[in-house]
Amino acid sequence: MTATVAHVHEGTDAPYALSHLDALESEAVHIFREVAGEFEKPVILFSGGKDSIVMLHLALKAFAPAPVPFTLLHVDTGHNFPEVLDYRDRAVAEHGLRLHVASVQEYIDAGKLRERPDGVRNPLQTVPLTEAIQRLKFDAVFGGGRRDEEKARAKERVFSLRDEFSQWDPRRQRPELWQLYNGRHAPGEHVRVFPLSNWTELDVWQYIAREGIELPEIYFAHEREVFKRNGMWLTAGEWGGAKADETTETRLIRYRTVGDMSCTGAVDSDATTLDAVITEIAASRLTERGATRADDKMSEAAMEDRKREGYF
Amino acid sequence: MTSTTEQFADLSATTLLRFATAGSVDDGKSTLVGRLLHDSKSILTDTLEAVEAVSAQRGQDTPDLALLTDGLRAEREQGITIDVAYRYFATARRRFILADTPGHVQYTRNMVTGASTADLAVVLVDARNGVIEQTRRHAAVAALLRVPHVVLAVNKMDLVGYEEKVFAAIAEEFTAYASDLGVPEITAIPISALAGDNVVEPSAHMDWYGGPTVLEHLETVPVSHDLTACPARFPVQYVIRPQTAENPDYRGYAGQIASGVLRVGEAVTVLPSGRTSVIEGIDALGESVDIAWAPQSVTLRLKDDIDISRGDLIAPSANSPATTQDVEATVCHVADQPLSVGARVLIKHTTRTVKAIVKEIPSRLTLDDLSQHPNPGQLVANDIGRVVVRTAEPLALDSYADSRRTGSFLLIDPADGTTLAAGMVGESFASKAETTVQADEEGWDF
Repeated sequence: MTATVAHVHEGTDAPYALSHLDALESEAVHIFREVAGEFEKPVILFSGGKDSIVMLHLALKAFAPAPVPFTLLHVDTGHNFPEVLDYRDRAVAEHGLRLHVASVQEYIDAGKLRERPDGVRNPLQTVPLTEAIQRLKFDAVFGGGRRDEEKARAKERVFSLRDEFSQWDPRRQRPELWQLYNGRHAPGEHVRVFPLSNWTELDVWQYIAREGIELPEIYFAHEREVFKRNGMWLTAGEWGGAKADETTETRLIRYRTVGDMSCTGAVDSDATTLDAVITEIAASRLTERGATRADDKMSEAAMEDRKREGYF
Repeated sequence: MTSTTEQFADLSATTLLRFATAGSVDDGKSTLVGRLLHDSKSILTDTLEAVEAVSAQRGQDTPDLALLTDGLRAEREQGITIDVAYRYFATARRRFILADTPGHVQYTRNMVTGASTADLAVVLVDARNGVIEQTRRHAAVAALLRVPHVVLAVNKMDLVGYEEKVFAAIAEEFTAYASDLGVPEITAIPISALAGDNVVEPSAHMDWYGGPTVLEHLETVPVSHDLTACPARFPVQYVIRPQTAENPDYRGYAGQIASGVLRVGEAVTVLPSGRTSVIEGIDALGESVDIAWAPQSVTLRLKDDIDISRGDLIAPSANSPATTQDVEATVCHVADQPLSVGARVLIKHTTRTVKAIVKEIPSRLTLDDLSQHPNPGQLVANDIGRVVVRTAEPLALDSYADSRRTGSFLLIDPADGTTLAAGMVGESFASKAETTVQADEEGWDF
């Protein structure tokens, strides 16, 4: 499981083949190093979710034995899973990293953002995120977005230029040829960088298994009190809980994605190990976001519209 | 629901094929891609339900598979594909990354983008129209970008009565044209994307066709490992110097091997300085190894403490490229603003970006008849032409024919950072296999 280096396959037609995971890893590391070589102040968006955990792992490998030359930024919706925040803080301490936090709750408390009637905070992340990028003058922002997640993300470049308002314009993207990434930008603009662009959900899980990467417990099956809303199992928390007409029950569940508790649904599962999770995902007939994200169901172009405004 | 055996086969399929699709507007390319994903069971239930709901809302009886691929608002409004989208799917035999590229003339640059990393290109034609100007354009772009395999998919066979002679005539005309351009391997397949003939399942309507379906061909075509047969090239991306108590003296040159194989103990030359040393160690993402090859990302340690920084190229002393400040290349112009003789630009080659001046634009190519127009003065969006560029510092270039990675470059507008053109060093089109021996090939050097 820990064969991190490809080996020469003697006697085959392709003596120097790379496995697809080695090829994806090599490409992602190349992207991290390009950014380190060309930008002044890059940052990794880190939520404590599996994609950002894989990004951090790749960054650690890319610059070893030197430390990762980037800081981390977490956009805290105020409705995070406590297990995930705990994981975030342990990862930061273990690797001697610096973490910036942009808080949606602070924006609401200061009257700069208004809570939505449905309590969903994912769309509210855009303003604290883009203002943190401008205030802290980040010129490259790594995101864990993958093109297999959603049809608007399938159109995303690896290096994606954002204007001074952090907006994405899908019709004015730079063509991206070979592995020659153009990161030139004017002051005030920044580049979003997606090293996991070519990875699928299954690739991420297979890589986590191969590398023995630790994850927050909520990714594995556990018993939890949940209630059903809009066809999804939600966990009660500080953000709220079941209404009078919604009933709470204890179920064996796990999460496929980590996000705001108010709109991230759990799936029924008895997968308690990495191997079991991989088997379950390979057999699933639902996409990752389709199964677990309420905010993508708001309209047919929900993701595109949010990305245009500066969301990941 | 896929069976258990299929799932485990999926998990063990390790080779990766990158391919691109190209076709004119209304040739049914989005339908072909949708059919390929749908029939290979790569579309998950919730995605298909969304497509069915939108199709029903529009009053269509069957799901419009093109909706699977047109991801942007403007694309769905206009029913055309505007930008390259990348899609991922796997079968029991292989994993695929598909660059789904638009066919409209004004988006030729996007086909160039998709083809730049492809091992195979699928060119789609409408059986009723045969080989048209756009088909020739797509074949020429595939040849120019040196995509190793080309598939001609003759679509809408259901609308020509599944007739063999219609297919045969189109296949013959296309094969002759593409071979002249030097495309090394061409496979023609008669299909109906709408009805599903020969896309994933063999057709019941074309007994006369004995070849593979599109998917079968994609699963079995050999993936080229030419990268490792070429001389080694290592563009330095970043210098790793921890200067910590544990690693006070570590100095490593991080990069991705662009081509070839590197071994510990090998004598190397650093370009453009020309200084020499020996590889003392190779760190492959945390593990020390004796040998590494393209496209692995590694860190090299050298015996001598010489001055090396981002943008330098490390190559075997026995086979290192020449350096030059005069670059002759074919470029595809990808920006809206024109490129003129005398323009001051930046050239980005591997990890090195230097200032340059466009000295000459000797010719512009017309893709439909491959005629050359001498001294056009400038290139505009989607033009393909020859350029001569003088650089401020020497570059270690290979011919694009030898290495897609070290033979390619970008021209960038220094004022606003726009990517102006994609460049390929050296000869533009490959010569026919039979004539390579006495290849002077002025004929294709437009």
